[in-house]
Amino acid sequence: MATFGSLSARLTETFKNLRTKGKLTAADVDGTVREIRRALLEADVSLDVVKDFTAKVRERALSDDVNQALNPAQQVVQIVNEELVQILGGEQRRLEFAKKPPTIIMLAGLQGAGKTTLAGKLAKWLAKDGHTPLLVAADLQRPNAVTQLSVVADQAGVAVFAPEPGNGVGDPVKVAKDSVKFAQAKQYDTVIVDTAGRLGIDEELMKQASNIRKAIDPDEVLFVIDAMIGQDAVNTATAFQKGVDFTGVVLTKLDGDARGGAALSIRGVTGRPILFASTGERLEDFEPFYPDRMASRILDLGDILTLIEQAQEAFDEQEAIKVAEKFATDSFTLDDFLKQMQQLRGAGSIKKMMGMLPGAGKLKEQLENFDEREIIHTEAIIQSMTPAERSNPKLLNGSRRLRIAKGCGMTVTDVNQLVNRFEQAAKMMKTVAKGGVPQMPGMGPMAAMSHGGKKKQQTKKKGSRSGNPAKRAVENAGIAERSATNSAGSSFGVSGGPSSPSATGPSAEDMEAIGKMLGGGR
Amino acid sequence: MAERSWSFASAFRGMFSSPTITEETWDDLETALITADFGPDVTEAVLDELRASVAKFNTTDPADLKRMLRENIEERLAKFDPTLHLSERPAVILVVGVNGVGKTTTIGKLANYLRNFDKRILIGAADTFRAAAVEQLATWAERAKVEIVKPEQAGQDPASVAFQTVERAIRDGYEIVLVDTAGRLQTKGGLMDELTKVKRVIEKQAPVAEVLLVLDATTGQNGLAQAEAFIEHAGVSGLVLTKLDGSAKGGFVLSVQEKTGLPIKLIGQGEGISDLTGFTPHVFAQQLVG
Repeated sequence: MATFGSLSARLTETFKNLRTKGKLTAADVDGTVREIRRALLEADVSLDVVKDFTAKVRERALSDDVNQALNPAQQVVQIVNEELVQILGGEQRRLEFAKKPPTIIMLAGLQGAGKTTLAGKLAKWLAKDGHTPLLVAADLQRPNAVTQLSVVADQAGVAVFAPEPGNGVGDPVKVAKDSVKFAQAKQYDTVIVDTAGRLGIDEELMKQASNIRKAIDPDEVLFVIDAMIGQDAVNTATAFQKGVDFTGVVLTKLDGDARGGAALSIRGVTGRPILFASTGERLEDFEPFYPDRMASRILDLGDILTLIEQAQEAFDEQEAIKVAEKFATDSFTLDDFLKQMQQLRGAGSIKKMMGMLPGAGKLKEQLENFDEREIIHTEAIIQSMTPAERSNPKLLNGSRRLRIAKGCGMTVTDVNQLVNRFEQAAKMMKTVAKGGVPQMPGMGPMAAMSHGGKKKQQTKKKGSRSGNPAKRAVENAGIAERSATNSAGSSFGVSGGPSSPSATGPSAEDMEAIGKMLGGGR
Repeated sequence: MAERSWSFASAFRGMFSSPTITEETWDDLETALITADFGPDVTEAVLDELRASVAKFNTTDPADLKRMLRENIEERLAKFDPTLHLSERPAVILVVGVNGVGKTTTIGKLANYLRNFDKRILIGAADTFRAAAVEQLATWAERAKVEIVKPEQAGQDPASVAFQTVERAIRDGYEIVLVDTAGRLQTKGGLMDELTKVKRVIEKQAPVAEVLLVLDATTGQNGLAQAEAFIEHAGVSGLVLTKLDGSAKGGFVLSVQEKTGLPIKLIGQGEGISDLTGFTPHVFAQQLVG
């Protein structure tokens, strides 16, 4: 990724030059603005939006009301961040539900944007919140789109309305219309209409989409667009705005390394809010879109809030309390260790979660090297133990260890390492559970595994148990920030690069300072 | 398509109608190139070369500039050889790419295209991940009137489907094998490794003649990152540019070609089975610049 940095990498590079200087001069600002312009263009932000954006940043950076308390780099970061949030939509908006059910949601977009998959994700997400969604197969164009939607509906555990076989047979307008009646009769409270992919310039098909819209009068029309799209985002978005007048945007494939240039363009040009982000292949990989978080992501300040939310969703509160008690009473066993690990994997890939941490952009390479199989190996080792051994690791003598190693196909050294790590972790957790300050001597140069394992426990165990959800969230945010800093720091240690972190450019401390500053400024 | 909406024509109309080349002409040209997804690097290089040519020939006529631009783009595109190499028997073509770029559709069209040369063609449905991908491909196979090898069970290892496809091609004397794969984002290490495995497994029986990376013309500068990752993991030998019938111009392929040395071999421009053509730099540049 050296030649083609993502937007955040480019901006970080730019700010590195700024950071070394004491004061912002007009020449500094011009140089930086040029770099920002280039970075944004490389991130596929549309040219008009880039021009507006850089003009605003330049103007503000040169004006007198910049915060004198900040160093020049921080000033520019703050301005860029604020402007990014501004374009991305300031406050977020939620899905609008009809006063009288069913709520009708229509999906539209180019071919291959991910509409059908998104229909399934949206349905699953709604079903989780107690809605009864109905998926409607109105893509009768693409071969077997109807079959695909049926399979997706099955995976999401929701109903599907597919009266026509598709592959060019049937009238999508009629299907859409019938589906609403069907939903009313069968008491489905949300109808999600999947339509065929179409090009913005295909007048005939745009007409058809517009007819579907007229026929069902949807409460929301979601424009589904691939985050990887280039400058054409503007043309396409404008064409769809004219054709179906969408009310919101869904950004898909955000798990790739294209970082949302399209998001900026579409917001800037159509003014429609981005409601959701789709971030992976599984039906759960779907979340509401948060403009401020996206801006931070672009700036590589990490995505801590999303991380915490995902962690909270995956960790069972009751379970967490139970485990915390176990720590305190020293009855934490390898079995619990295993259970926690499995819970964490339920939260999604660890790589993905680590990717949301601030500064992780710079750790990309290390993230790549982090092997999720390590966790599977650890699972295998624990599962090769007898129940007695799991609850009392002290039983593990040499011959038992040999037997376990043979049983799971690992070496005795691996088994030893796991036991050591477990003991260290349990000891640390015990200290914290009793109210002590977490000391993390083991966080130095680490095996990839200890990173994963400990981080997980940290997140869970240190989680505030406050009964007040708001308070809990705030406390947890603080915790995550701390752990993030720790992990970034240790990774620098491992990188084996220049011995002094300050020589590697913006250090973890710097990023943290900026993060705090931005958090406070917002 | 009566109007080539993806040509520069509209963007250039105003630019080339002014009597002389002015600073504004250059600005407009830069805007047009960036809007066509050429990317900052290539745009800068093209502009520098054009400025040099204009100075050299001492011209002020925008028509000359337009011709130079067309020649410049054509020259850049023509540096690479767009021929599909299918001389092995069976000639195995592996089709790869990120999600939703049109791999399955491309295979349907390519099968139809190759069948016109009286070749016996077999398709392997190794996209065992996405819902109904096998059925979608089967429909295309039916339209193109070619045989297809489907997975024996849902969620079967894609490499084993690819293996079975090639095995059958060798046994039954098929000349060309097209293998579809699941779309994967280039950032997913595990999935990229899976692709490496598919290729490795195929190579146990027959050399892979072509690995075609399908790129969506609407893609922006991320196309380069895609190409680099797929080259590393799947040894891509050529590019297919799809969805050129839209309003996107696909200018990013220039930087992909130049940075990776991979030629564009095919272009797709529609949902019909015959909407796939070979790539000719001259025609492409002509259509782009108008």
